[in-house]
Parts: sequence; C-alpha cells; structure tokens
Amino acid sequence: MLGRGIIRGLIETGRNFCGSYHDKERLTTVQYPEEKLAPQENARTIPFLVYDGNDPVAGLRCTACTICEQECPPQCISIVKDTVKKPDYLGKMQLHPKVFDIDITVCMSCGICAEVCPFDSIKMDQVFELAQGKRSMILHKNNLAKSNTYFGEIHPTEAAAVNEARAEEVRKAEAKKAAQAAPVSA
Amino acid sequence: MIATPEIQTARTRGIANHELLEVSMGPHHPSTHGVFRMNVLLDGEVIVKLTPVFGYLHRNHEKIAEKNSYLSAIPYTDRLDYICSMTNNWAYVLSVEKLAGIAVPERAEYIRVITAELTRLFNHACLAGFLLQDMGALGTPLMYAFREREKILDLFESLTGSRMMCNYLRFGGCRCDLPDGWLKQAAGVLAAFSPFLDQFEALLDENEILHARSEGVGVLPRELAINAGVTGPGLRASGVNYDVRKVDHYGIYDRFPFRVPLGEHGDVLDRYMVRILEMRESIKILDQALREIAPGPIIDPKAKLRNLRPKAGEAYGRIEGPKGELGFYLISDGGPTPYRFRVRPPSLINLTVLEDMCIGHSISDVVIILGSVDIVLGEVDR
Repeated sequence: MLGRGIIRGLIETGRNFCGSYHDKERLTTVQYPEEKLAPQENARTIPFLVYDGNDPVAGLRCTACTICEQECPPQCISIVKDTVKKPDYLGKMQLHPKVFDIDITVCMSCGICAEVCPFDSIKMDQVFELAQGKRSMILHKNNLAKSNTYFGEIHPTEAAAVNEARAEEVRKAEAKKAAQAAPVSA
Repeated sequence: MIATPEIQTARTRGIANHELLEVSMGPHHPSTHGVFRMNVLLDGEVIVKLTPVFGYLHRNHEKIAEKNSYLSAIPYTDRLDYICSMTNNWAYVLSVEKLAGIAVPERAEYIRVITAELTRLFNHACLAGFLLQDMGALGTPLMYAFREREKILDLFESLTGSRMMCNYLRFGGCRCDLPDGWLKQAAGVLAAFSPFLDQFEALLDENEILHARSEGVGVLPRELAINAGVTGPGLRASGVNYDVRKVDHYGIYDRFPFRVPLGEHGDVLDRYMVRILEMRESIKILDQALREIAPGPIIDPKAKLRNLRPKAGEAYGRIEGPKGELGFYLISDGGPTPYRFRVRPPSLINLTVLEDMCIGHSISDVVIILGSVDIVLGEVDR
C-alpha cells in the first residue's frame, strides 16, 4: 500500500515525541545558559600553570625548560627564562620563567604541553566561557598560575597521582640527604 | 522525472543544443556539507556538466606536519575529517609505527578497535541523518542520529578529554588507560544503539519518499568505481567486495568475524543501506571487543613520545575509515620531522566521480548524490 512506510515512520516519530515528555533518557540536552552540566573529569580546554602552596610566584612549578614551547603544535607558548635561580620542592636550584605567555586564540587545546611536561607544571584547565570583546587574548604568567588545590578539584584522580609521586620524590631526596649526612656525623 | 526528447538528447550528447544556464552552487550552501562549490551547467533542471571547486578550507596540513615533530602532527590529524578524529589518529600512528617499527600491546589494539568502531557508528548514523535532511526530512532523522552521537561523544570525552578533537592515540599505544567504569558505560551505549537502529529503520526504510528520491539516482557503475579509486561504503554499494579491514588485517581485525555488506545497483539508496548494514556489523565487532578486552599495558614502553627520529625510509599506513580508505604516506630522512607527509583522503577521491554520477539528473538530485558520497571538507581541502 502506498503510504505505508510514511505512516510507519510517523508512528515512530509520535512515539518519540510522546516519550520525550515522560522519559528522561530521551532528553540528552539541557537549556544551556540557565542549566549547566558539570564537565567530565578528563575534560580539557586551555592550559594553566600549577603552583604549590599559596604564593603563585615562589611556588610556581615551571622551570622554564621550554619543552612545551618546542612541542606545542601551533606554537602558541612563548617562554623567556629568568637569569636568577630559585630552589624547587626538592631543594635543587632551578631556573624559572621570567615571561610565560600563551596565546589562547592560537591554542588548539590538544593537551600535548601537559603531556610532555616533566615537572607536572602545565596542566589542562576546564574553564570554557572565554568569549570577550577584544581580538587578542594572550594569557601571561600571573593569569595562568593556578594553585595545586584547584588542580586537585578539577582533575582529582590525576592530581592525587601527581601529589603521591612528588611526595615519594621528596622522601627519597630526604633519605639520600640523611644517608649522606650519616657518615659525616659518625 | 519526465524525460523529454530534448533532455534525452542533452544526455546522450553530453551537452544540450539550446540555451544553457550556468549556476554556482555553494560554497555557502547548506547542502554542501561545508564549503564546497559546484559550477553546474543546466539544461532546464537537468545537469549537463558539473565542475567541482574546492580549496576553501585549505589549511596547509601536509606542510605543517612536515615542519612539526612526529608527535605534533597528531592533533592536526584530528582536524582532517573532524567528525572521525579517532580513525584519523589511528591511520597516522599506524604509518609512523610501520616507519619506526613500533609494536602495539594487545589492550591498546582493542581500545583502537573499540574507538574506531564507535566512530564508524556515529559517522554513518549522522550521514544518514544528513542525507535525509538533504531529501527534505527536516531534522527528525538527523536529531535522532545526533542523540545517539551525543552519547558516544560523552564516552569519548570521559576517555580522552575532548569530544571531537580527541588526540588520543600515540605511537605504540594510547595516551591514557580507560577510566573506571568506562567499559560498562560503553556497553550501555552499545545496548541502546541496536534499538535505535531498529527505530531508525522503522522510520525510514520503507518510506516512499526516500525510495522515490533515491532509487536509480546517482548510479556509480562498478567499473568506474574501481577505476576511479573510490573506496569505502560508496565502492561496496556498487558491489565490489573491498574492505581494508578484510584486505589488510591491520590491527587485530582478523579476530573479529564480520561480514562486508554489499550493494547491487550502486545508487543512492544502496549507499544508504550499505551504511545501515555496516552499523549492524560494527555493533557485532564492538560486542566482541568489549567482551574480550583484557587488562594489560596500553603503550609500548620502548616507544618514544618526543624526539622520535625514525630511520630513513618510507611507510604507508592505511585503515578502513568510515568514509573509505584513509592512508598516510610518510618519508623519513632520519630527521625529527617527516621529509614528506602525504594524506590519502577518502573524501577527495570519492568526490572525483561526482560529475559522472550527476549528469542527466536534476539539480535537486545533485544535493542527495553529494550527500550520499559522504564528504567532509576538512579532509577534501586539508
């Protein structure tokens, strides 16, 4: 019978239309500005720099090694090394960045900088409402620095693993120091 | 369509003898799936000549990849066919693995199969939705397809951190392991996909309008399809049994018993039906993969992430992408960047037969013929 397929299709449409009123499963979207879904734990948008403790300048983990700058696919990171060194969490003297800029308009949120960073310093953020009136959007070191607590809030699993690994390194370094100190005292 | 003697003359001679009209379709036309332009020569409503014009989305992909390191090219491959980033990643890492001789652990192979087949599922579902949208079914099939795609994209987001630009595969494995409960969630999505397909087919398969619009339209003859190098569902709809998964046995596809659906007539309806049947086969592959995946390492510990310098040589890695055979041809001169980086994009090569499929059909059929080829302009223009 001509029209049978269309009627069958319309029955299916009708079932979906009625279903959307009582079945939450069928509604996969939310009304965005009023209602927001929390981002998934692994979600990534733009990079940020992690600092330990409360001081964004003294606690910044970045050692200006420029690996992220070299590996960044669209080359949106620019780093200028400072000439003065400061001690890191193990007490070793390390360089730190004088300038650390990320051009967010160029960044393509691939996460390779966070992946290659050997100091767990650069990580991916979850902020997303970044629209603005200006054309350029370059984030400087002070805009990029965010605390380790914040990192723990947005990526709990990853942050726990990083904190554990760093605590282990500190323990090893202290044990080594104690072992070196012991023969002298003996 | 009523074939008047004049139109038949125009068809047989390839050009009509009375007044012709040249129309520029696109680049900003909702039916062109991006920024694609066709210069069509019309005799009334019938196509006499069609010249595709592309390059509006050219982003210099190949030269950028030749300038950047091997690792930095992965996120750029996401943006080739921006609907199916996982399969693009796979084709690229496969060719680098061939070039540098890197082995892949079993769990990573399973993860690759799972993500690639999920990509195939939502690519084909969306394509069917877009095709029906082009035929005038405004929204309904497309929205149903997008509802399922949404669930798969959520899976990808929880795994890779990004919904579309996944940047997930690495040389010798994957970037990170599956999060807790991911496989269960994936099994849930998969269990809902089969009923969705039943519903989708009930909605469309017998639809008289779909049949009237697509039967016998845009026929791609078997010989032409082979000679032009068409691959993917478009080739199989013309009755050629060629699937890189079966031919090349790349990854671990020889462990999965699945059939290759073939068409008979090579028209738009066959291309639509082949995709629906392929989704059924993908569901079977996924069922098996989700059942068999075992814990283990996800990346070859010897594989280098940075400073990869493969020995001088060349490699061609290809996979069966949702749109056809996607290949990457790499030449290394031993340096940190590829000496030559060449993409074999299925969309572009499938598009070469567009004129042959369109001549003699009306201008409204061009829209659905283009829709059934399944192109993404990111891949065509690169």
